[in-house]
Amino acid sequence: MTIKTHTAGIAQAVVLAALAAYPLVGSEFYVEMVAKVLVLGIFAMSLDLLVGFTGLVSLGHSAYFGVAAYAVALIAPEFAPANLWFVLGAAVLISAAVALGIGLLVLRTRGIYFIMVTLAFTQMAFFLFHDTALGGGSDGIYLNFRPEPRIGGWMPFDLAEGSQLYYFILAVAVLVFVGIKRVLRSPFGRVLVGIKSNEHRMRSLGYSTFNYKLGAFVLAGALAGLAGVLYAVLFGFVTPELLSWHESGHVLMMVILGGMGSPVGAVLGAGAMVALEEAFSLLTTHWQLLMGGVILAVVLFLPGGLIALPGRMRQLIKSGGPHE
Amino acid sequence: MDIFSFLVQTLNAVQYGLLLFLVASGLTLVFGIMGIINLAHGSFYMAGAYLAFGLTSATGSLVWAIVLGVPLAMLVGAALEALLFVHLYKRDHLEQVLLTYGLILIFEELRSLIVGNDVHGVAMPDFLAGSIPLNDTLSYPVYRLAISAVCVVLAIGLYFLIQRTRLGMMIRAGSHDRDMVQALGINITVIYRVVFALGVAMAALAGMLAAPISSVGPNMGGQVLILSFVVVVIGGIGSVWGALLGALLIGFADTFGKVILPEFAGAMVYLVMAAVLLWRPEGLLKKGA
Repeated sequence: MTIKTHTAGIAQAVVLAALAAYPLVGSEFYVEMVAKVLVLGIFAMSLDLLVGFTGLVSLGHSAYFGVAAYAVALIAPEFAPANLWFVLGAAVLISAAVALGIGLLVLRTRGIYFIMVTLAFTQMAFFLFHDTALGGGSDGIYLNFRPEPRIGGWMPFDLAEGSQLYYFILAVAVLVFVGIKRVLRSPFGRVLVGIKSNEHRMRSLGYSTFNYKLGAFVLAGALAGLAGVLYAVLFGFVTPELLSWHESGHVLMMVILGGMGSPVGAVLGAGAMVALEEAFSLLTTHWQLLMGGVILAVVLFLPGGLIALPGRMRQLIKSGGPHE
Repeated sequence: MDIFSFLVQTLNAVQYGLLLFLVASGLTLVFGIMGIINLAHGSFYMAGAYLAFGLTSATGSLVWAIVLGVPLAMLVGAALEALLFVHLYKRDHLEQVLLTYGLILIFEELRSLIVGNDVHGVAMPDFLAGSIPLNDTLSYPVYRLAISAVCVVLAIGLYFLIQRTRLGMMIRAGSHDRDMVQALGINITVIYRVVFALGVAMAALAGMLAAPISSVGPNMGGQVLILSFVVVVIGGIGSVWGALLGALLIGFADTFGKVILPEFAGAMVYLVMAAVLLWRPEGLLKKGA
């Protein structure tokens, strides 16, 4: 066991070093793509908190991502850069508040109802931004300036510079990763995992499972909001499509592709998804056909996702043939 | 709003609600009886609309298109169930969601490959093309009345099928206890196939009926899918009567929402859903088709 944790620790350090060194060798295009993977990785990790650990299959997670992205675009002044810390804090708080409001309603339902109701609420948020003047309609809003991380008169770094933006996103992603690991080791996280395996038993042990689920829902919403903020800053525009239910399906797919119940898996899934989409769209304009095929194949033949792949292969070699 | 425009809006709401019922009843039956959450259900609606477009151009009339298209949709539904959906019964909801989400992508791209991304229109049959004058300025199209009539007939037919026939009895029994029904010598595989084909055919028919009053184009399945979900959630999963009630409620909320609060019309439907869920988290009529 200790050897295994050691190798995992070494692997994580190597990956982190590679990610930190990447802007030195990669072209601008690919650096932005890796940054996108990191942002989507945060988004996927936040959803994994619900799907993989608490057992809540939400098909509406894009709402919090999109609402926070819109909050950045709406709070930022039109002709001057906004203060990063202010917009970041405000946008994350807003998405947490939205998650609290929706969570109070949707957590009254369970199972298949939960899936449908989360989907429906996301669609409601989508229409709010799509139909009303609030969000600039279907065209969305441009963010004219990247926010500045000013503290008083001092600016520790400058997001207008591509590589500094990359390092900022990397730092946030690492913080979220470590933070989620911490939460999962805490008593709160243990209760969430307990709820996933048997909610009735947790209740009979005296835990108010509703409150714990609501806590997980709000935390996941806030982290999805954090990803939304980074997305808006990275790409400089927001559209209602960020809130569409396709985006929710997309991020759910990342979690499953990587392997649910593991923050590493979520980031891995985000990376694999972006890479596949990029590769397929180079091949054909009908790349969604291939993507759909991959989704079917993963769900049917790779339960456990990419993260389970080494273990399955090891078992295959050991047993000298297909197992199960 | 005077009495005539109120009447027009009411008729529109009923027509829209009934059309939605046609799609949602298939969704709720497939869930209630087979335990499958099918995100690709909206694609069948889309396929129906394109089928109406193709067959109307080929045969010259929407009526022929429907006469030929509905059996075709049933066959396709049965084939899809035998090849694909049969693999979903034993899987959990998360896997069903993902698999059917993958199917949506595939269906959309197949649509794009086969018929392209253009938006089409379908002509309504000549004998239904007129409208009934209400007063000096307002009149109501006969075609919309015809849609409502067809849907009402189908709803009654569905009631008789499920409550009053031997097949319906087997369907109801199958939704309670699959193994027991099988042990009594009833071929549950065939029952499931029939139910699924029926659901596909109803969704496709809804698409065909809607084709002349809404344009036929890409992604038309998505919107209908989500609204059908809302209908099913409001009505109570598995309940056909709940679906009818929910569909009419949504029809009214959407139609009158557009008149009274045009800016928030898109969100209105979901507000109604939220209100119903606050009151009854399991839907208006839970279970019991």
